[in-house]
Amino acid sequence: MRKLNIALPKGRLGEKAYKIFANIGYGCPEILEDSRKLIFENSENGVCYFWAKPSDVAIYVERGAADVGIVGKDILLEGGHDVYELADLQMGKCRMAVAGKKGMQPSGERTIRVATKFPHIARDFYDKKGLDIDIIKLNGSIEIAPLLGLSDVIVDIVETGKTLYENNLEPYETIVPISARLVVNKASFQFKNAEILAMTEKIQKAIAERE
Amino acid sequence: MTILGLLREEEKYILKMRRLYELYGYKKYKMNKFEHYDLYLENKSFLSSSNILTFTDAGGTLLALKPDITLSIVKNAPESFSEPEKVYYCENVYRSTDQSGGIQEILQVGIEYIGEMDTYAQAEVLALAAKSLREISSSSVIGISHMGLVTALLDQANLEGVARREVLRCLGEKNVHELQAICRGEAVAEKDISKLTSVAEVYGPLKESLATLAALLADTSAGDPARQAVDELAKLYRVLDAVGCGAQFVLDFSVTNDMDYYNGVTFQGFVDGIPAHVLSGGRYDTLVKKFGKQAGAIGFAIYPNLLEQFGEDMRDNDLDVLITYGSADPVAAAVEAQKLTNEGLRVRVQKDKTGTVRYKKHMCMDETKGGGVV
Repeated sequence: MRKLNIALPKGRLGEKAYKIFANIGYGCPEILEDSRKLIFENSENGVCYFWAKPSDVAIYVERGAADVGIVGKDILLEGGHDVYELADLQMGKCRMAVAGKKGMQPSGERTIRVATKFPHIARDFYDKKGLDIDIIKLNGSIEIAPLLGLSDVIVDIVETGKTLYENNLEPYETIVPISARLVVNKASFQFKNAEILAMTEKIQKAIAERE
Repeated sequence: MTILGLLREEEKYILKMRRLYELYGYKKYKMNKFEHYDLYLENKSFLSSSNILTFTDAGGTLLALKPDITLSIVKNAPESFSEPEKVYYCENVYRSTDQSGGIQEILQVGIEYIGEMDTYAQAEVLALAAKSLREISSSSVIGISHMGLVTALLDQANLEGVARREVLRCLGEKNVHELQAICRGEAVAEKDISKLTSVAEVYGPLKESLATLAALLADTSAGDPARQAVDELAKLYRVLDAVGCGAQFVLDFSVTNDMDYYNGVTFQGFVDGIPAHVLSGGRYDTLVKKFGKQAGAIGFAIYPNLLEQFGEDMRDNDLDVLITYGSADPVAAAVEAQKLTNEGLRVRVQKDKTGTVRYKKHMCMDETKGGGVV
């Protein structure tokens, strides 16, 4: 049996995803210890984990540094990574949405200014509608852009919408639902096929049981 | 050091490939560095990257640094064929591969077979693909699929436009959960959804997987294009198996290509240890017809630049002997260097020793600095 390298996104989603892996026989207790180690291996279970910035996980998998990874669909849509997407983990659920000031939805008569962390997703969405937009790429605190008049709307992840409503903003339209996905490197799928299929099957079973 | 020892791993590989293709009667195709930009503009979606370097020549014609070889070969192929055009090439292409969109020079090796297509012609190209990968590593896999079968299933499910493209993308990602969601959204019959799902999930040795697929299509008539595609793959397998290449192939419908150019078999090759596919190819009659030529075609390309990352660098030294002469007689240094090079040793002569050169032996000619072999 060949060892599988697994890239986990730093943060709550990654920790929840690790629990699934641990429950279906891919545990590596060392990972939960508070240490400065970067890579955690458990040769008994044939796995090796590392934490990565959530937006980098797909790159690690695409380039083969990890065989398997857990990534949000938002990052996959934005990056267009050449990987297999083998399962929807049904966790970290939210949606990609267009939002802006309450009752101020722009009509499309003039160029719409869109502030977002996801320029590709925003561009795709408005291209399909045939609307002209001006993208303002931001790296965080997107909600503030329409409040300060920097943009007309934002394209961002909306979970409950609480932050939006508290700031006199509202979601206008859902672009696409988002959740965590299991992605696999295309070459690893060929050469570690049995290991990857066994893992995917167990994960799918665990997801089905949880629902 | 021998003359062959001078070559880097990928250079040796290219020579082996050239020999292999020459052995099977393929002729070397040499092309210009530049091509008319129109050619690429008209066939934009055939190219893997739309980033093309262009410039104007003295007459004001817009030219491009070639991002692809196949288009030029097809364009320059004769209008009618008395015998098939069999060519191979090893050329640099210019395309953007990284996220910043910068253009890289990439070496590409490949073959094209243009002419009447039959089982032998296709099997020959597939077998050469399999043998090309074997030269890199004993552990290699070629995923093979058939656009005819994919098209037939999409047609049967009445998937058009955006939904058709999305389902095709899901097949390429082995993304069964989204494939099913899209099909349900389009009110595709459950029977067709389950067929598409099975095709997305099929993965395994060609022979066994073809049997699975044939069982899946048992309810279709003999003239059904999906059924014909499976039959064609089975015929190809017989030839591949007879020449000892059958076991290298797996049936895998995540290998999809643009339907505007490709029909029939498509394939992608992987080598253990390299994280992306190193070989890709397929049958592209549709492209040939676009150029008004009455022929079929199949071919593949390999990207040997990926081999750079593969395996260890064999050379741990730049040099066999470093000769430093300092204030010593230059004649002694020159004579010594000639003697050693005649023995086939790699020598570097310089005044003083520096820190960066890697060598096996250091010979100091300057008596005032100790002299002799250090």
